[in-house]
Amino acid sequence: MIHIENLKKYYGAFPAVDGISFDVARGEILGFLGPNGAGKTTTMKVITGYYPPTGGVVTVDGLDVVENSLETRQMIGYLPESNPLYHDLTVLEYLELIAELRQIPKERRHARIKEMAAITGILDRLGQPISQLSKGYRQRVGLAQAMLHDPKLLILDEPTIGLDPNQIVEIRSLIKEIGREKTVILSTHILPEVQATCDRVVIIHHGKLVADGTPEELQAKFVGQPVVDLEVRGEGADDLDAWRGVRGVEKVERLKNLELEEVHLRLFLSQGTDARAELFHLCVEKGWTLLGLNRQIQSLEDIFHQLTQIDPAREAEEAAA
Amino acid sequence: MNWSIVSAVYRKEIKSYFGSPMAYIVLAVFLLISGWFFTLNLFKENLAHLRSIFDILPFLLVIFAPAISMRLVSEERKSGTMELLMTMPVRDFEVIFGKFLAAFVLFAVGLAFTLVYVVTLLMLGKPEIGPIVAGYIGLLLCGGAYLAIGVLGSALTENQIVAFILSFLISGILAVFVFSAMVIPPPLADLVQYLSTTYHFQNIARGVIDSRDVIYYLSVIFLSLLYASRALAQRKFL
Repeated sequence: MIHIENLKKYYGAFPAVDGISFDVARGEILGFLGPNGAGKTTTMKVITGYYPPTGGVVTVDGLDVVENSLETRQMIGYLPESNPLYHDLTVLEYLELIAELRQIPKERRHARIKEMAAITGILDRLGQPISQLSKGYRQRVGLAQAMLHDPKLLILDEPTIGLDPNQIVEIRSLIKEIGREKTVILSTHILPEVQATCDRVVIIHHGKLVADGTPEELQAKFVGQPVVDLEVRGEGADDLDAWRGVRGVEKVERLKNLELEEVHLRLFLSQGTDARAELFHLCVEKGWTLLGLNRQIQSLEDIFHQLTQIDPAREAEEAAA
Repeated sequence: MNWSIVSAVYRKEIKSYFGSPMAYIVLAVFLLISGWFFTLNLFKENLAHLRSIFDILPFLLVIFAPAISMRLVSEERKSGTMELLMTMPVRDFEVIFGKFLAAFVLFAVGLAFTLVYVVTLLMLGKPEIGPIVAGYIGLLLCGGAYLAIGVLGSALTENQIVAFILSFLISGILAVFVFSAMVIPPPLADLVQYLSTTYHFQNIARGVIDSRDVIYYLSVIFLSLLYASRALAQRKFL
């Protein structure tokens, strides 16, 4: 559905997007991740035809976004990050204007507006001026706007920003619902959002692509050292040497020392081992009470953190040194 | 050019104009000042003509036209709605033209109120109708040129005040070019004068509508709007 090849966008001499390439398949929900200023919004602005790219090719459904801009723009529904709205219009007037600009046939306009208003839950707000709506409702109006012309591709730039937890859950399930039929690109830096909604993840950092795959693939690819957290009560359980003796344990760290001889420990294991059975047997042997045994799985958050920690300027300095 | 897009943009702008106090304030001040110039010499001279208004309005519009047009593009750029608009399947020129039309209609409405003076003249005496009709056509063309320059000024910046000053300066320079004969040697003065908005208005206001004058105004309008849509397409602003 979308093909991005070596996309570059410079603001003056500053490379906001510096040669990224990826594809998005039809019907996929793609999580587009990166820290603030990584180039997510710029990439989306190029796909939607707002900014011309400095270099590279972007096609939507086989059509170039620069050459066939009008056609590709018609295929895309877009919710910009700032969710700009005409505050002096009512919700209905606003959606009517969008329907006209989107060239939805006159006889279908009202049915379509009603339908989208129902899906986004703003039916009872249609007559209200946008300036009087709360942030959550404005976000829904923005979503209704983006979906009004039944686009093949939906591009949402941080759609849940500023919403309360209930609304976030609602909007997420709405996006999932939409994603059954449509291709969705969802930009965010809220990681649970990605795990909850996306089929695939692309992470960019300083304008470059640093990871591309399903959340599971990324987890498999970027496994760090296996870690086990342990909560034990018993005499002598705070003797770290006892734990170091277990096969596979490389390092032990005390997290918390509680009263009643209760300890919280973090055990770092050697790659590819799972020492949980041995740890359990040790407790049984020593007569300690095992209160908690928890293997830490590398979360998307850790991967994201790991990949976007690198500062290219510092890296270059180090390389020079 | 897709006229349904032009019409959608036009109607949205008209709604914004008449939904905000700004348009009414500009219209009221415009009528107040033009009314003052109308009555200034009317009874003193005791002549039934609109020359006092036609002499001053092409200069007054240099201030009023940018006041109407300054928000058209700048405001949307600042609030971010321009991004929304430009990611719709619309051409840059369709957006610019729709906005220009809305400003032009607001101006025409303001001008229509001054027809009261014509009615007054008709009641008091026997004015010559030819120059009055020609004068109004000239004012529409001249105002249209200023508004198109105003749209260009507005497309160049996201700051409405900067947009106002830019358009005021360009229109003002074109307006005072009519006095070029006083400061510039003859052959060059003719050329500079030909670029003047007020010079062509004076030609028309005499009662003769020459195609050269009409073509001049239409060219100014077309070129300004063309450059405005170019500025919009480049997404670069001052």
